[in-house]
Order: sequence, then C-alpha cells, then structure tokens
Amino acid sequence: MMVEKYERDTMNVMLADDDSDDRMFFQEALSSTSIKHELTLFKDGFELLEYFTKPDSDLPHILFLDLNMPGKSGIQCLEELRAIPRLREMSIAIYSTSSADRDIEDTLSKGANIYIQKPSNFDKLRKVISHVLKTNWQFHMSGLNKETFFLNI
Amino acid sequence: MRFNIIRHDNLAVMAILKEQFRKLDIAFKLLESGEIEVPDDTSEKKLYKLAGILRNYSIEILEDEKSQLVQKIRNILIELVHDNKPQLMTISYYLSEKMNLSYGYLSYLFALHTHYSIEKYIILLRIERAKEMIIEGRLTLKQISATLNYSSVQHFSRQFKKTTGVTISSFKRIIELKRAANK
Repeated sequence: MMVEKYERDTMNVMLADDDSDDRMFFQEALSSTSIKHELTLFKDGFELLEYFTKPDSDLPHILFLDLNMPGKSGIQCLEELRAIPRLREMSIAIYSTSSADRDIEDTLSKGANIYIQKPSNFDKLRKVISHVLKTNWQFHMSGLNKETFFLNI
Repeated sequence: MRFNIIRHDNLAVMAILKEQFRKLDIAFKLLESGEIEVPDDTSEKKLYKLAGILRNYSIEILEDEKSQLVQKIRNILIELVHDNKPQLMTISYYLSEKMNLSYGYLSYLFALHTHYSIEKYIILLRIERAKEMIIEGRLTLKQISATLNYSSVQHFSRQFKKTTGVTISSFKRIIELKRAANK
C-alpha cells in the first residue's frame, strides 16, 4: 500500500467560485507564486457545503470564497460554514467586487478573516494571493487568535 | 526524532496532543525546550496520520531543522511581545543572544523560509497584541500605544491600518457586530 509522503510546509488551499475563468486565473496566479501548495476547486456553494459537512473531510489552511455566486451566495456559505464547530479555526478569505466599508465590516463580522477586493489584473492577483497565504501561514504557525484575524486588501 | 510545535501554553491543546499520541500508540517525551521527542523507529504511516489529525486542531508538526529554528524564533518573539517586558535591549540583540546565532543569519533564515521578514513579523505580533488590549477595553488607545512602544497614537493607528487594512474604529465596529450576533 502506498503511503503519501507528508509534504512539509505545503499550503492546502481551496476555492469556491462559479466563474470558470476566475477559477483558472486563480489557479495560474497561485502556481506562479513560489509557495508549495495543493488546490481544490468548487464551482458553487452547494458543492462546497456538501464537502465540508462531511465530518471527516480534510480541512484546508485557507478557503477562498467568491461573494457573488448564484444559488448559495458567498455570505450564506460563510454563515453556514462558521456554524460548524470544527471549522472555527479555518481561515476564510472572501472575494468581492465591493470596496464599501459597510460591506467589509459586515463580511468580517460574519466570520470572514480576509476581505479581498477582486484585483483587476493577473499580476495584482498573484501579489494578493501571495501576501494572503504568507500572512495566513504566519498566523497559523503562531497560534494567534483567528477570531480577530482580519485582513482587508 | 524531535519535533517542535507551535508554542501552546493552552492546556486544552496540550491535552489534545497527548491524547492523540496515546491513541496512535506513539511513545513521546515532552522536553523542557518545548520540543517533543519520539523514538526514531516510529512508523512514517503513524506520523502521517498524526499530522493529519493534529492539523484539524491547528497544530502543525515541524520536522526539518530549519523549520524548527524558524518556529523557535517565532516562539521567542511571541513571548517577548506578549509579556510586555520593558525593552532593555534591542530585539535583534535579544533574539541573537537567546538562540546563540547571529541576527543576520536568523533574519536570512526566517525570510528564506517564510518569505516574510522578522521586522514585519514583529509588527504583526504587536498589532495582534494591540487587538487583544483593545478588546479587553481597560486601556485607552494612548496607553495601548505607549505599552507597545509606539512613539505616538498616530504612529500606532497608521501601523494598525497598514497591517490589517482596517482602521481601529472599523475594527471596534466589527468586534461589536460579532458580539451582537453571538448574543
């Protein structure tokens, strides 16, 4: 039986976004950073919740969630995920096109850790993803309180 | 084989850790340095399983030497910032003395491994400490910024906004909203 070698310092990342182009850009941007990673993609909120409601599903270090998804919206997903106790320590980054303070505060107060205003180009996206992953990793490795981990980019 | 883990002074976390070791029947010893020692012949399969379970509790096992050094740097800095000790010496001197390695080497190692500078990391820790104090509500912003060795409240709020992307007032509002939602 083959046992996979545990890859040290591999970032386990997940993304839920209904737009296939956006999913592709994200994947490419992530691959172009120097960060060792594993990426899982979900194409809508239903798929996402179905995965996480399984009691033994592997948790990512961080989940990126698009706010504007049809069917189950990003906010609905956020609320449902945060209601599950074993997911409390999981970092959630929300992607949004809004830059309004009220939306930022609302989203962060509902349990998101990171609020990202969708970057307009590939290079910016790469920088944002890189910054978010590195900061999240520092948080994770420092045992800091995730309840007050907020980052607005 | 020795591991280093994220410094958890949290008793509940340590209890979880010990429980998981027992369940998987892995002999272990908790060393004074905070490291955990397991026999060299512990099976890779067991360790892999252990790592997976602990990840769900936000506990990471660090195997290689460089990772361990980096974690040690983190642990020392976390303790330093959290304890609010009066700064009798520069942080670089303190760190280098504690680890018996040059600061140049330590910052090189840290940056190489985490893609984050030690200076930036210290700022992150101070801002996190600031958040705790803001939530506690006992001190004014002026007192908080003084405790954390900022030259002024303005400097403190600028750094808060720069690091987190939100203002201190915004942060307070978010916390209030969270509290209201949890009632």
